[in-house]
Amino acid sequence: MLWILLTLLFLGTLGYVLGRQRALASAGGDRRVLHSLPNYYGLNVTLLTLVPALLVLGLWLIIQPIAVERSVAAQIPAGYMESVENPTLLMTEVRRLAGGIDDAIDRGFLSPEEAANLASDTDIRAQLAGAGVALGSDVSEEVLVAAQSFRALNATGSTMMLIVVFLLAFAGLAYAYARTHKDLRARNRVEYAVLAILMGASTLAILTTVGIVLSMLWDTRNFFQLYPWQDFFFGLEWRPSFEGDSDLGLIPLLWGTLYISFIALLVAVPIGLFAAIYMAEYASRRVRSVAKPLIEVLAGIPTIVYGLFALITVGPLLRDYFAQPLGLGDSSSSVMTAGIVMGIMLIPFVSSLSDDIINSVPQSLRDGSYGLGATQSETVKQVILPAALPGIVGAVLLAASRAIGETMIVVLGAGAAARLDLNPFEAMTTVTVKIVGQLTGDTDFSSPEALVAFALGLTLFVITLGLNIFALYIVRKYREQYE
Amino acid sequence: MEGSNMNDMSQFDQGVAVDTIKMQSRGVNVFYGDTHAIKDVDVDIADKTVTAFIGPSGCGKSTFLRVLNRMNDTIDICRVTGKTTLEGEDIYDPKVDPVQLRAKVGMVFQKPNPFPKSIFDNVAYGPRIHGLSQNKSDLEDIVEKSLRRAALWDEVKDRLQAPGTGLSGGQQQRLCIARAVATSPEVLLMDEPCSALDPIATAQVEELIDELRTQYSVVIVTHSMQQAARVSQKTAFFHLGNLVEFDETDTIFTNPSDPRTESYITGRIG
Ligand SMILES: Nc1ncnc2c1ncn2[C@@H]1O[C@H](COP(=O)(O)OP(=O)(O)OP(=O)(O)O)[C@@H](O)[C@H]1O
Ligand SMILES: [Mg+2]
Repeated sequence: MLWILLTLLFLGTLGYVLGRQRALASAGGDRRVLHSLPNYYGLNVTLLTLVPALLVLGLWLIIQPIAVERSVAAQIPAGYMESVENPTLLMTEVRRLAGGIDDAIDRGFLSPEEAANLASDTDIRAQLAGAGVALGSDVSEEVLVAAQSFRALNATGSTMMLIVVFLLAFAGLAYAYARTHKDLRARNRVEYAVLAILMGASTLAILTTVGIVLSMLWDTRNFFQLYPWQDFFFGLEWRPSFEGDSDLGLIPLLWGTLYISFIALLVAVPIGLFAAIYMAEYASRRVRSVAKPLIEVLAGIPTIVYGLFALITVGPLLRDYFAQPLGLGDSSSSVMTAGIVMGIMLIPFVSSLSDDIINSVPQSLRDGSYGLGATQSETVKQVILPAALPGIVGAVLLAASRAIGETMIVVLGAGAAARLDLNPFEAMTTVTVKIVGQLTGDTDFSSPEALVAFALGLTLFVITLGLNIFALYIVRKYREQYE
Repeated sequence: MEGSNMNDMSQFDQGVAVDTIKMQSRGVNVFYGDTHAIKDVDVDIADKTVTAFIGPSGCGKSTFLRVLNRMNDTIDICRVTGKTTLEGEDIYDPKVDPVQLRAKVGMVFQKPNPFPKSIFDNVAYGPRIHGLSQNKSDLEDIVEKSLRRAALWDEVKDRLQAPGTGLSGGQQQRLCIARAVATSPEVLLMDEPCSALDPIATAQVEELIDELRTQYSVVIVTHSMQQAARVSQKTAFFHLGNLVEFDETDTIFTNPSDPRTESYITGRIG
């Protein structure tokens, strides 16, 4: 693989040099006669050499395994297919064996001829184990045949791929080289290619999102065929049981999510915002250079560590000093624990984003306010915060999305018991925790108990999407007002 | 109404009677880090007088203007030495609160900088912080009067709630003037207030300056010799951080004592 890329790169470079030279030559060495700078002619050739070849290479690498697998699967006798208990595992076995044989050849344990003549009555498993390749079970005749044909098809495919890719590269090079002439609008072509690459990148990002949503939609649809949607969206009970007949109500989970996120934001927004104001407006340069990185360290701590902090320190503390004396319960896992710790986690998000936003408020506005005899806090309150508000709202909503999606702190801080309760010192749980819960362990992906995870995931997606749209709306509204 | 003003220079010159000193600077030096931007400058700002600062770009006019209301405090690397007084009181004394000083010595900046608020709130900003109005209608009066003085009222009276940032550049500059006037400062510092204005608005602002002179001192930075000659009674010429010449405007423009002043006003340097 690597050498293919290197060779292509070499061809591209060659194309660059050739194209440049030819362009200059066609202008008789006078670059002012050229339509574009000489570099553009070179780049034009490079692009035509590389782009089609690389595109085909990429597509080929995706399609070949699928095609080979299809045709090998079709070759396996139907009778044999039925005799094994798990037909999907059969293909895995074929792939492993083929890979094992290739490995053995690579490491010199088998010559290619020996590999071609492997017979199922010899102990292939032992032979390959000697070469450092472990197989799960003994190899049957059918699997061996399939594996050999798998190898053969792959080998042919790879050869053809090489031929096609290099032919394309050469063709591109030759075509572009032949077309290179002083009047060629090389710059426009290169600009166009740059545009196409940029557009391709953004399309890919969008397509990925669409793909994720579609796959979630598919499994969610399956779920709703097995479980009534009214019971999901309006159910007040969450009691899954893998024997069937579960209650899979969303409300307790959603309640837990929103309750915990709310407390987290209650902690993070004021502290983060005030910290940001202090950093941006009051702190001296020295203080800022020390304190800012310190706050940002908080953002680098893995959430599982926060979870441990919640479990070991904050939970018992809240239980012993607040919940028990107030008679509000005696569980150390609680909404309060998870909310506070999650809030601490979010402080650096809110503060560093808000800090940047406050810093980007033009100095001239501050000057204007000070020049009218305003104090620092009046300036912050009446000029800087209003000007920074759209950005700050964005920062807060970003923090909210993080809070809604957080899992680890909730598991360790608030527990895994789905409950619908107002008491913040009770254990509750969130949507994300239950998604993990429903998909860990041995799961049968056709049961509603497992599929519900996708419905939950989609619900979360819709909620965060709504939050983002709302954020955009607010930001726009303020922009219109103030720009 | 603008015509009477534009042409008739002598009208202003007649009024130079009052000579009480409002602000006084002695031996002022300003440094931006290692840059020595103002070198040992002595200036007297007389009460009820318009003082013009002229000089080539980068000579330190804005910098010196900012000395007078301690706006340089907001620049980290800026250091000011020397003595500057407002009515005999050292404004750089640690006891002096720069916030209160700036309420007395207002400023209009070189670049218009309206707040991201409505036109009304922009002008009402100063009166609100300093508690200058008794009630809402009082505040509305102040806003209207200030906008009228800045020659902006007719253009914005129907959209006082529209954002100030939505005005044109020249309108924004007049909004900033109205904003500064609304706090009724004793000294008004104006840094090129007319650089973004058309001749009509310029004439209106000049008229305002002349009107302000009956109550306050005005210091104006300008690149227009004609404007300096029209509106000011005193003129200070800065060059490379030095105060080259400071005298009656008439004297500066008709009979300058320093050759650099002469070549600047006749257009040979700068
Ligand atoms: N914030 C600053 N930081 C560093 N140097 C500054 C700063 N502001 C001004 N200076 C320097 O101080 C000198 C005087 O600048 P100033 O703005 O006072 O000039 P000016 O006379 O107002 O010019 P202009 O007519 O172009 O507005 C210049 O050399 C400038 O580079
Ligand atoms: Mg200036």
